[in-house]
Amino acid sequence: MTNVVKRFPGVVALGGVDLDVQPGEVHCLLGQNGAGKSTLIKVLAGVHEPNEGTIEWAGEPVTLHHPQAAMDLGVATMYQELDLVEGLTVAENIFLGHEPTRFGFSQRTAARREAAALLARLGHPEISPSVEVGTLSAASCQIVSMARALSRDARLIIMDEPSAVLDAGEVDQLFRVIREVTDHGVAVVYISHRLEEIREIGDRVTVLKDGKTVATGLDAKTTPTQELIRLMTGRSIEYVFPPKAEIADAKPVLRVEGLSRVGEFSSVSFDVRPGEVVGLAGLVGSGRSEIVETIFGARKATTGTVTVDGRAVRPGSVPAAVSAGIGLCPEERKSQALVLGASLAANISLASLTRFSRAGVLDRDGENTSAEELLESLDVRPRGIHRESRTLSGGNQQKVVLARWLLRGCRVLLLDEPTRGVDVGARSEIYALIRRLTDEGVAVVVVSSEIPEVLGLSNRVLVLADRTVRHEGPADELDEHAVLDIILKGDAA
Amino acid sequence: MSADVTKADQTPGDRVPDDRTGGVQGSAQHGPPVGGNPTSSGGLAGFLGGPLGRNAGLVVALVLLIIVGIITAGDRFASPENALTILRLGSVIGVVSVGMTFVISGGGIDLSVGAIVALSSVWATTVATQTLAADFHWIVMVFAALLVGGACGLINGVLIAYGRIAPFIATLAMLAAARGLAEIIAKRRTQIIRDRDFITFFGGSVLGIPVLVILFAVVAVVGWVLLNRTTFGRRTLAIGGNPEAARLAGIRVQRQTMYLYILLGIACGIAAVMIMARTTTGTSTHGTLYELDAIAAVVIGGTLLSGGRGTIVGTVLGVLIFTTLTNVFTLNNLDTSTQAVAKGAIIVAAVLLQQRVSRTRSG
Repeated sequence: MTNVVKRFPGVVALGGVDLDVQPGEVHCLLGQNGAGKSTLIKVLAGVHEPNEGTIEWAGEPVTLHHPQAAMDLGVATMYQELDLVEGLTVAENIFLGHEPTRFGFSQRTAARREAAALLARLGHPEISPSVEVGTLSAASCQIVSMARALSRDARLIIMDEPSAVLDAGEVDQLFRVIREVTDHGVAVVYISHRLEEIREIGDRVTVLKDGKTVATGLDAKTTPTQELIRLMTGRSIEYVFPPKAEIADAKPVLRVEGLSRVGEFSSVSFDVRPGEVVGLAGLVGSGRSEIVETIFGARKATTGTVTVDGRAVRPGSVPAAVSAGIGLCPEERKSQALVLGASLAANISLASLTRFSRAGVLDRDGENTSAEELLESLDVRPRGIHRESRTLSGGNQQKVVLARWLLRGCRVLLLDEPTRGVDVGARSEIYALIRRLTDEGVAVVVVSSEIPEVLGLSNRVLVLADRTVRHEGPADELDEHAVLDIILKGDAA
Repeated sequence: MSADVTKADQTPGDRVPDDRTGGVQGSAQHGPPVGGNPTSSGGLAGFLGGPLGRNAGLVVALVLLIIVGIITAGDRFASPENALTILRLGSVIGVVSVGMTFVISGGGIDLSVGAIVALSSVWATTVATQTLAADFHWIVMVFAALLVGGACGLINGVLIAYGRIAPFIATLAMLAAARGLAEIIAKRRTQIIRDRDFITFFGGSVLGIPVLVILFAVVAVVGWVLLNRTTFGRRTLAIGGNPEAARLAGIRVQRQTMYLYILLGIACGIAAVMIMARTTTGTSTHGTLYELDAIAAVVIGGTLLSGGRGTIVGTVLGVLIFTTLTNVFTLNNLDTSTQAVAKGAIIVAAVLLQQRVSRTRSG
């Protein structure tokens, strides 16, 4: 029935991409950050027009001048950065741009009824069509976004990293929905960094590298992982965790005792010795990010204490935590960590401004030199301290955030999802960097949704469930299944 | 579709071929690598991206206005005296606009500047203040104006930073309250300044340059240094660009926000002193609509209304453009209504131009 072909060589972002998607299949796009995946889907969605090449829809060549043109054809896109309007209700978002109307008046009841039907079909009847989207969790927003795609009777749904904000159960739910729509002949283009998801849901795989197709039509189930990684990177490694350091029996740097926040988590206690990595594993919503943000003073603890080198840190004060030597790489890089319109140098020096100032006047040469050295040593690309931070890819942005705290010189570094949206190559560089820091005696706390990552990086792991610590133990004694077991059973191991 | 998508539509990727030649790295979704890097000059994009180019549009506009002035008013326009008149006229709103640049770069807005100027001028010229000044020194009046301005700024700052009231609302309330208070204190009468020394000092000239103009220049230079060369300026741009990121980098966002409004309040106090000297009065009608003039000058100057980027040079140019415009219209005996229409057109034209420039600069 449909046969989407597209190619357009000779442009910066995409230099010759072929992709064909069959009806009813899940076609996965793989590629490192900056490989051109996002540009490609924007072309499909009619946001960008290709400079060369053709797009065929059901055998007919088409030009998509405008997103509306793509939607009219039946292409629906779920963007990575969710594009919902927070102040509108669920139903209004789902039908945004194609509201059911009669005589020019919107049919609110009809919209709500249809929205409820769609949400029920997606297995989430509990999401009320009349609540504001701003009050929903990230996962629920994803469902609403999905419902919006379905509401347009799409024949091709593009999903850009839909699982990034979902936990395991929600991913399963998502997959069920995907299977359901593909059974009805709808094609899905699925983008994810997680190979295991592609194995589970995908039919065929296209690999992009540097804006070009390096392989297309690979079998998603049988193509060896090594092969896929080799295609994406030119290397053949998956997760390369550096060997773990031996931890000397030293006094802990960071000590967290009985930390609680009403409604978020309760009685969390642990300590981290110099050079040690402690991982927090748990599902989305288990309170992981809230814990590190509370340690950092960005949220005020209801009870409990945080001490660094034996000295208590004033609760609820980020400046106090920073001067005690704590640094945080927050979960949301773009909204919480970077001043996107500012230069890399300004972003790196942001936590160390006083060091580069004399009577309040900035020493810009000193600032630039330090920034330059850090960008060099972390291999941030493209180089250039005056570049705006928004122009970098995810992995390189993460390195800039790390550089901020390297410059400041931390005793304790809290890393919340350090590799979310980071490609495989930059991942191993970030892992190596964490190892380098621990060699220098920094105490590190790592939060990650990817259990293998927590296990691979950490010396000790805390498993969180139901907003409290369920298990604490050496990382070597756990594997992914054991962690999931602890989380799901809810009883201490 | 969403704003997200519309914005993506403007990324320079689809325009790449006509803007840049060769040296193609990066991708459309990341924008061209030229953005703001002073070392990568050459070509139009490089020029426009440089510090000079950022104000090129404004300089062109100013030059055009001057040409129009010379053509229509001849020597009456193109004389040193008239140049000083323009500068003197622009100096009061100029000082306010420099302060406004900080608040807007820091992600805020202040609608109460005109009212603060009025209140400061009234407070500094009451019988009580003037008696004290007569007994002691006219500097008392200056301090009174600065103190009142700073205090109003403090109230704005506390309400916005710690009371978490939207800047638009908090300063709208201050706009109403400060002008009302000024009317109460002055009983709606114009208060004449009796201290001749005050008038002579601020109304005079040094080396042929009016003191008012010197004051404006000093404020502008101090403002430039503060914004571009100090930690204060860097923090301002950081909280304007991304308050959450600034907070998580250990910056005291609330305190910094409060400082910005105090700074602007003090700038209003300075402006009040200047307008008092120019008119030899203090009255509750001083500074009417200053908020609009100052915001217009800042925005056409190139400071982002959403915060995170500010330019003092642009603001000064913006002020000069509006003042020169007024001057040209006055010399040609055109009424203020026509002038207002021209002002509106300039604002739109300038912002459209800025957008084009910033689009070639970054995605």
